[in-house]
Amino acid sequence: MLREGQVRIPSGCAISGIMNKRGEVFSGQDIIKSIALMHDRSNGLGGGFAAYGIYPDYPEHYAFHLYYEEQAAKEKTEQKLNSLFHVAESGKIPTRRVSSIRQAPLAWRYFVRPKPESLLEDESEDELVVRTVMHINSQIKGAFVVSSGQNMGAFKGVGFPEDMGEYFRLEEYKGNIWLAHGRFPTNTPGWWGGAHPFTLLDWSIVHNGEISSYGANKRYLEMFGYRLTMQTDTEAITYAFDLLLRKQNVPLDIAIATLAAPFWRDIERMDPERQKLFKTVRAVYGSLLLNGPFSIILGSNKGIVALNDRLKLRSLVAASQGDFLYVASEESAIREICPNPERVWAPRGGEPVIGLFEEGGNLV
Amino acid sequence: MTLSLSTPDFLIERNRDRCINCRVCVRQCANEAHIWDEEEQRVKSDDALCVDCQRCVTLCPTHALTIRKYPLEFRENANWSANAIKAIYKQAESGGILLTGMGNDQPYPIFWDHLLLNASQVTNPSIDPLREPMELKTFLGRKPEKLMMRDGKLVEDMPPQLELEVPIMFSAMSYGSISLNAIKSLAAAAEKTGIMYNTGEGGLHKDLYKYGKNTIVQVASGRFGVHPQYLEAGAAIEIKIGQGAKPGIGGHLPGEKVGLEVSQTRMIPEGTDAISPAPHHDIYSIEDLRQLIYSLKEATQYRKPVGVKIAAVHNIAAIASGIARAGADIIAIDGFRGGTGAAPLRTRDNVGLPIELALAAVDSRLREEGIRNQVSLVIGGSIRNSADIVKAIALGADAVYIGTAALISLGCHLCQKCNTGKCNWGIATQNPQLVKRLNPEIGAERAANLISAWEHEIKELLGGMGINAIESLRGNRLMLRGIGLSDRELSILGVMAAGE
Ligand code: SF4
Ligand code: SF4
Repeated sequence: MLREGQVRIPSGCAISGIMNKRGEVFSGQDIIKSIALMHDRSNGLGGGFAAYGIYPDYPEHYAFHLYYEEQAAKEKTEQKLNSLFHVAESGKIPTRRVSSIRQAPLAWRYFVRPKPESLLEDESEDELVVRTVMHINSQIKGAFVVSSGQNMGAFKGVGFPEDMGEYFRLEEYKGNIWLAHGRFPTNTPGWWGGAHPFTLLDWSIVHNGEISSYGANKRYLEMFGYRLTMQTDTEAITYAFDLLLRKQNVPLDIAIATLAAPFWRDIERMDPERQKLFKTVRAVYGSLLLNGPFSIILGSNKGIVALNDRLKLRSLVAASQGDFLYVASEESAIREICPNPERVWAPRGGEPVIGLFEEGGNLV
Repeated sequence: MTLSLSTPDFLIERNRDRCINCRVCVRQCANEAHIWDEEEQRVKSDDALCVDCQRCVTLCPTHALTIRKYPLEFRENANWSANAIKAIYKQAESGGILLTGMGNDQPYPIFWDHLLLNASQVTNPSIDPLREPMELKTFLGRKPEKLMMRDGKLVEDMPPQLELEVPIMFSAMSYGSISLNAIKSLAAAAEKTGIMYNTGEGGLHKDLYKYGKNTIVQVASGRFGVHPQYLEAGAAIEIKIGQGAKPGIGGHLPGEKVGLEVSQTRMIPEGTDAISPAPHHDIYSIEDLRQLIYSLKEATQYRKPVGVKIAAVHNIAAIASGIARAGADIIAIDGFRGGTGAAPLRTRDNVGLPIELALAAVDSRLREEGIRNQVSLVIGGSIRNSADIVKAIALGADAVYIGTAALISLGCHLCQKCNTGKCNWGIATQNPQLVKRLNPEIGAERAANLISAWEHEIKELLGGMGINAIESLRGNRLMLRGIGLSDRELSILGVMAAGE
C-alpha cells in the first residue's frame, strides 16, 4: 500500500487547543483530557500534539524531533545535523509502554544552533533549518523530522491521541500552548510521520476538513519553492501561512482574508478603500483561498489563530476563562476541562479567533 | 471551358405534398439554390448550389424541405475519400488553393471528451449554488508575486486588470469578417453579462464606442483602424500574432466586402482588398514583440492590460513563456479547432495543436518557471459548452474565448461557407439584405442567454465539487481524471487516469 505522501488520503478529525495568554506554563494533562473526550471523532489511525514553551532550558535552540525506522537513518541524519549545526544536547524522547501503541519508531531529539559557516549567502537561520528539514525528509530513507521549532515540539503517531499523550508522557511537560489532533483517515497505511500536527519551524497546524482547493493551493505554493511531500491539506495550509506571514510579511488579518476570503457580495458593501484592498487580495492571492470545509488551529511561539472556512462547514467552538483561551471542534471538549467558562462562542465562517501572548508582538 | 467534374455536396428534398410554392426559400437563399420557375409556376432547386446552411429548412412555413448529404457514392476506397477526390476536381478546374470558413472539422481526438470531473461524496460536502454564494468573478492581468503593505494599507495599486463576472469572453471577430449586426449583438451581450467582446482586426465602428468598457481592441499585422482613440476606447488591448484556424497566415478580406462603412472603420479605400500580412512587419523576434507591447502601454499610460494572442503550435510552452517575459499581461492561445472567416483548407485542417494539450503544457511551464501569476491565460479554439470551460479552468486557464459557440447562438448553422460572404443568417456577410436578417437586439438577448445558461451550469458543476469560488478550481487538476488516454497524453495534461 502507498504511504501518506505518495497518495492523498482524505480524513475527518477532532482538534483542540489551549493557551495561557500570560505565557504561564501548565501540564499536558488538560489537552489530553480534552481531545480524549472526542474519542469518536478519531479512529485510532492518527493522533498528536504540539506544545510550546516546553524547553525553557534551550529557548534559542532549534529543537529537532526525529523519528527513525532504522539505525542507518539515524546515523545519516546525525551526520547531516553535526555538519550543519552545533548540537548542544541530544537523546531519546522519553516514552512509556502503552498496550495499544505498536510499531513505534525510534523517537530522538536534538537541541541545535546553526554553525555560522553553514549559512548560504543571504540565508537566514530559519531558512537553513527549513532546508535541512526538507533534505532529511526527502533524501534520508527511514528518517522523518516531526518538528524543528524553537522551544516547542510535536509528538504524534499512529494511535488514538490520548494513547499517544500517555505514550509520550506529556503530563510531565509544561507548556503555555497545547494543540491536539485526533484523526479519522479514510484509509492509511499507518505511518507515524503522516500523523498530525504538521509543523515547520515553530509553526504547527492541526486541521479538520478536506479542502477542495488543494490542487490549486499546491500548485501555487510550488511556484514559491515549497515541496508538498505529504499530500495533506495541513501541509498546504502550513506553507500558505509560512509564505504569507514569514516570507512575504503580510499582516495577519490579510493572511486570514486570503485563506478564508470575504464573499464578493460582502466586499461590495465595504467602504471604497477596504473594497480596493480586499479586491486586490482576492485577485492576487486567489490561488491560496481554501475552499471546502475546514477548521484549523495554527500555533506559534507568539500565540494561536483558529479559523473556519467561510461557509463554516466544520464545527469550531471557542471559550475564554481568565488568562486561558480554548478552541475545539466541540464545546464539550472545552467544558470537560473548563466546566464554566466566562465566555463561549461559535466563531462565524472566516472569522478568526486570535490569541496572542500579552508581551505583545505580531504572529511573526 | 471543359466540363466540370464537381458534383453536388447536398441534396435538396422538397415534399411536394407540403410545398405551397410560397417562394420563401427562393427569397431566403443567397446561394440561389432555390429557383422560381416562371413557366411551370413552381419552385425548383439546384443541388449544386446548396451549402446546407439550413436557412430554408428553418423558415419554410410547411416544413417541406429536407437537406441531405448527396448520395453520390464513389467506389469504396479507404484511402481516397470522396472529399479527397472532389478537392482534386476543384483544384484541377481552378488552379487555386482551397478556401473554407469555420474551424477544423477533421476527426482528431477531442481531449475535453476524455476528461472527467470530480464531485464531493461524504468526506467533504458538495455546495448548493441555490443556497450559497457561488463566485465566478475573474481578473485578467498581471498579478504581483506579493502584496506590498505598510500600516495595513496597500503600498501600490495592482496592475490594470479586466474584471469579468463570468470567465468567458467573445473572441476576436472583425467587422468585415462578420456583420455589424453580429458585432452589435455580441457587444451588447457582453455589456449585459459583465464580460468582454473583442473587435478583431477590423477597427471599431463608430456605433460601438459606447461599449468601450466591455471591449478588447485588437492590433493585428494589418493595423486596420488603429489610432489613439481606438486604443483608448477599449478596456484592454490585444496584439494578434496568430489564429488557431490558420497559424502562420495573415488575413484577407476581399474588396467586395469593403463597403463604405467597413472602409471607414478600417481606414482603407472602399473596394480594396484588406490584406493582413502573415507576420507583423515590425515583429520578427521576441524582443520586437516586447517593443510593441510597451509602445501600446505607453500610448495608453499603462492603464490597460495588453495581451498577445497566438495560435497553438508545437513549441507553444516556450513561446508563451517568452511572451510572458516580454511583458504581456494576458496570453490568449487559440487551438487548431478555432473558427475563422476564411482560411486555406489545408492549413486549417493540418496546422497547429489541440488547445487542451497546449493549455496544459503552457500552464505547467509557466508554473515551473514561477511566472504563472505574471500573466493571465485565456484559451479558445472550440469551447462547445460549460463543461469544456470547467475543464479548461481546471487545466489552468483563467478564462476562455468563445467564437463559434457565440455565432451559433446568433443562428450560425456551421455551413463553413463564411468565406463566400453569402451567410444566409446575416452573420458572415456584408450584404445589407442579409445583414438585416440578424436583429441585434434579439441577437444580444440570445448571446447573453447563452452566457447566463453556462454561468448556471458552471456554478452547478463547481458546487458538486465542493468549490464555491472559481479561483479554487483554477489549475486544480486533481479535479480531473483522464479516460481513454495514453500515459504520455496523461502526463502532458498533468492529470491522473480515471480510477486512480
Ligand atoms: S419555403 Fe417551403 S413551402 Fe415555400 S416554396 Fe420553399 S419549400 Fe415550398
Ligand atoms: S457564419 Fe454563416 S456562413 Fe459562416 S458557418 Fe455560420 S451560417 Fe455558415
